[in-house]
Amino acid sequence: MTISQAAAQVAPAPVAVSTPMVAFEAVTKRFGNDSNQFTALDGVDLTVARGAITGIIGRSGAGKSTLIRLVNGLEKATSGRVVVDGIEVGGLPESGLRDLRRHVGMIFQHFNLLSSRTAFDNVALPLEIAGLDRKQIRDKVAPLLDLVGLGDKSDRYPSELSGGQKQRVGIARALATSPKLLLSDEATSALDPETTQSILALLKKINAELGLTVLLITHEMEVVKTIASDVAVIDRGKIVEAGRTFDVFTGAKHETTRSLLSAAVGTQLPEWIRAGLKPQPSIGDRILVRLIFFGDTAFKPLTGRLVAELGADVNILAGSIEEIAGEPYGSLVVAYPADPAVMQRANEFYAATGLATEVLGYVA
Amino acid sequence: MSLDMLIGLLLKALNQTAQMVAIAGLIGSLIGLPIGVFLATSGKGELFPAPVANRILGAIVNATRSTPFIILVVAIIPFTRFVTGTSIGTYAAIVPLTIATIPFFARLVEAAIREIDKGLIEAARAMGATPLQIVFKVLLAEARPGITLAFTMTIVSLIGYSAMVGAVGGGGLGDLGIRYGYQRFMPDVMLAVVVVLIVLVQLVQSAGDGLARRFDKRNRKN
Repeated sequence: MTISQAAAQVAPAPVAVSTPMVAFEAVTKRFGNDSNQFTALDGVDLTVARGAITGIIGRSGAGKSTLIRLVNGLEKATSGRVVVDGIEVGGLPESGLRDLRRHVGMIFQHFNLLSSRTAFDNVALPLEIAGLDRKQIRDKVAPLLDLVGLGDKSDRYPSELSGGQKQRVGIARALATSPKLLLSDEATSALDPETTQSILALLKKINAELGLTVLLITHEMEVVKTIASDVAVIDRGKIVEAGRTFDVFTGAKHETTRSLLSAAVGTQLPEWIRAGLKPQPSIGDRILVRLIFFGDTAFKPLTGRLVAELGADVNILAGSIEEIAGEPYGSLVVAYPADPAVMQRANEFYAATGLATEVLGYVA
Repeated sequence: MSLDMLIGLLLKALNQTAQMVAIAGLIGSLIGLPIGVFLATSGKGELFPAPVANRILGAIVNATRSTPFIILVVAIIPFTRFVTGTSIGTYAAIVPLTIATIPFFARLVEAAIREIDKGLIEAARAMGATPLQIVFKVLLAEARPGITLAFTMTIVSLIGYSAMVGAVGGGGLGDLGIRYGYQRFMPDVMLAVVVVLIVLVQLVQSAGDGLARRFDKRNRKN
């Protein structure tokens, strides 16, 4: 028994702020019958922190859609526990599930708005379902449409709105019942990059202003990089990496994370360099090193000092500076002679300054 | 035949056709609608999963639809007599017309509901909607243009079917055409009947199309 379990037995009463909003405990989900079985999720353990934006990223078919549907009981786990705000979802009867769903909002890739209802009436739908009367509904819907910036579009039908506007209606609808948790199922995957950014900004604003916990699934690293403070990488039904977004992005260990990252984080080498890269040096070769700037080192003028320190010719081959989960992250690929004395001086410099490096190889 | 006589016959027949079609169309559709909803929602893993009932009902619907209408009219005479107290006349003819309408309309409603994006059902479930709320607030609302067209098609078919109930003394336009135009060799009556039927079908179809277009918000232009 762990300490926290022991403590919970002594004082089980209030749900502390620190308990996770969502916890997956050894969750497995299989589809199909005995002869034709498919394991969508395989022993998933994951927690979603209260008030945070957590991203789950993976390729299509990795199991992320199944994972998010377990949270509001649209799918049921084959084994393991899914706990949402202290309530185990799997143990709820159908009526309990409906109560839970009225407190968990969800937005979708294809918006899923009713074509027969105006923007206003789409946002009103969850309130009608919850049994509110006309006046209560009016009082709730108008401010929500204002919040998502569609105050002037309330009597438009979805076919008269752009993709971004439809998703804004979807967000307003998901917020109608004042949920504590918002589930986002590839909410920006059908949108162009510019619209994606505006929707992400809206989600960020909602998270900050309403203190809403957001759990989103996506196959786009860009989305996670922009708004998620925490991330989990899922591959073939297993969580292969999880943690603070910045840590996972800058220290990616798993091959899936790396390949997903390469598209989003500017760390790829130009083709003409990669083609000539060798694992071992021969006489007169140059060494290629990636310098990674983050945290403290991001703000220091280290490149100039490195050049001065080495006293040899250093050339810069590729580089980028970007923001990951709100923190600066720089990557610079440099080349200098693979001469033992020069390399020795360089390594001493890296150690002294705390600069993170990665040797990429050698070129003639 | 004088024009006055012809008009008199046509009006009487038109009235009979209108009565038969309207009553059979309304009652048949009211019964067919829930059956269509059930057929569309009771498959495995759907809203009201009842695969066995779904298959049985589907088989009954198919059997009724594949029975030639004139055979149905004759075959259910005992039932008709039980319901209306008689087996001949316009009211008696409404019974087989209604029976034929139910499966026809049900299948069309089923198709209209199956057209609805499954994502909408999932979204409603995610809001905590009960299955009945999903039927009324999502499925029937979204399928309204499709159901309107289905009703239009049903009425048009009924106008055609009603020509056959002359066999049990149901009267109506088709019966007029057969008895006067065909059996008594009066091509002018036949022509008049055909023209009236064409106009009638056109009117029904245009009205239905117009109504469906008004309900359909999927392709609205600004």
